Amino acid sequence: MYRMANYDEPLLNEIEERKARDVEIKISDKIRREKLNLPSLSERDVVKHFIHLSQMNYGVDTGIYPLGSCTMKYNPKLLEEVARSDKVEHIHPRQDETTVQGSLEIMHNLEEALCKITGMDAFSLQPIAGAHGEFTGMLIVRAYHESNGEERKEVIVPDSAHGTNPASARMAGFEVVEIPSKDGRVDIDALRSALSKNTAAFMLTNPNTLGIFEKDILEISKEVRKVGALLYYDGANLNAIMGKARPGDMGFDIVHLNLHKTFATPHGGGGPGAGPVGVKAELEKFLPVPRVVKEGETYHFDYSSRHSIGKVSNFYGNFPVLLKAYAYILMKGSDGLKEATERAVLNSNYLMSKVVGKHYTLPFGGSRMHEFVVSAKNLKERGIRALDVAKRLLDYGLHPPTIYFPLIVEEAMMIEPTESESMDALDKYAEIMNIIAEEDAELVRNAPSNAPIGRVDEALAARNPVLKWGDF
Amino acid sequence: MTEVRDNLLYTESHEWVLKKDGVVRIGITDYAQEHLTDVVYVELPNVGDKFSKGDEIATVESVKSVSEIYAPVSGEVVEVNGKLDDEPELINNSPYDDGWLAEIRMDDESELEKLLTPSDYEKKLD
Repeated sequence: MYRMANYDEPLLNEIEERKARDVEIKISDKIRREKLNLPSLSERDVVKHFIHLSQMNYGVDTGIYPLGSCTMKYNPKLLEEVARSDKVEHIHPRQDETTVQGSLEIMHNLEEALCKITGMDAFSLQPIAGAHGEFTGMLIVRAYHESNGEERKEVIVPDSAHGTNPASARMAGFEVVEIPSKDGRVDIDALRSALSKNTAAFMLTNPNTLGIFEKDILEISKEVRKVGALLYYDGANLNAIMGKARPGDMGFDIVHLNLHKTFATPHGGGGPGAGPVGVKAELEKFLPVPRVVKEGETYHFDYSSRHSIGKVSNFYGNFPVLLKAYAYILMKGSDGLKEATERAVLNSNYLMSKVVGKHYTLPFGGSRMHEFVVSAKNLKERGIRALDVAKRLLDYGLHPPTIYFPLIVEEAMMIEPTESESMDALDKYAEIMNIIAEEDAELVRNAPSNAPIGRVDEALAARNPVLKWGDF
Repeated sequence: MTEVRDNLLYTESHEWVLKKDGVVRIGITDYAQEHLTDVVYVELPNVGDKFSKGDEIATVESVKSVSEIYAPVSGEVVEVNGKLDDEPELINNSPYDDGWLAEIRMDDESELEKLLTPSDYEKKLD
């Protein structure tokens, strides 16, 4: 049976309260304006605390992590080594550009590689998260229409869209129009009737969040173009097509990528990420500045575009993440990227074939790309919901899938095993999911019983969030 | 067991309507609250706001998702259930009574005829 490390680990300030203060933080009263609420603990206590927490943790290094749409693939350790090189750690963003030519070269080469992978003409590496990339893309959409003297107000999204899509469009000042799906894909008739001269863009994930490839994408892009709108590619699911098919060839005008997902840089717990945005040539002038440009054999930052939407982050983006992604691309090569994609899709379909059955049903038939969504609604008769299955998986030492998304599937469980997992790991996952479906309902409803923290009261946490410790 | 009350009218999108003198009280059904799971936040309209049938009139956020609530009839909001600000869980515990959302003075009472009867709504849930 799986056993997780289980310490009754207090917060740092609680540890401090328990013992005599053995370390004093010495800061002169002259520069200290307020009482400092920092715990004063010895190095030994702090190290013990964080090691205990890390032992109670679960990550991609611990085991399978099939969180749908998050692409929690294994992060090769070589990438960490590269990013920890002195040459990277000791540079400063305010250094003169003549002294960081190597770093600029890496950024320039990464932009070129991403252009090749996506079929776009130019990239900006500035956005530091996927949703940040979407927001940047939406600002470019707005700048494009404004430069044509048009004030288009609407952005269309399908009802299977990632929640960040409508949020990013709203943040950029657009009204969001949601269209229904038909058999798990974009309903072209619904799209056609939603499109108008007021449409600024259509945001689409391909394959979509059900893991289904939008096979009518060329027709979709034709319809979008017909009304003068732009087609936006949410790159969250690029791991299904990387090296095999290119958004640029499908008619997308703008893409954002999640380097931290598709290109194997560690993420989770809120970062760090990188959400580069790529565009077709006619939109290049709107990209954030500075751009990294090559003149002769030297590289420099170019701030000259008058049409640019401006800066979207401090300095030049999350450089260590960019570097890791570039190292990943070089390590894999174009054949390796293709192979990763093929394996990700194979793993997903293999696991799906083992999971789908009388307990978990597959809405909309057919095969899937890199992820699949099953419904756990058959278990409701026994009083078990998707949430309960997810919690019970923790008792077996397995990370649960994404649940209750996309919203168009009842009791959704969205599973993305990625290319990293072996056949054994996939077999075990399917076996445990099916065992849980037949376990005592009470046991499943009360899970986890084997983890350091039991069932968390999510409603209380959302209604009354406590986001700090101490008296800050 | 999902409760459907005999004295109410319903919409396809799982709102209920209670006819009172000159106004209607609206809320979401037992089926809707069960599917949303624990409600953690409710965004209500303001008194005086005017809506057409089908407009987004409120937003209900649960631990699972954020859902729009649509005006079942056209009219002006004359009262809202302010208790939901502090106790959003009333929607789960008492969807048809204490968890009501708003009261609307209708523009056109004939709109009521287009709503689902309790038996229509029950059929829809089957």
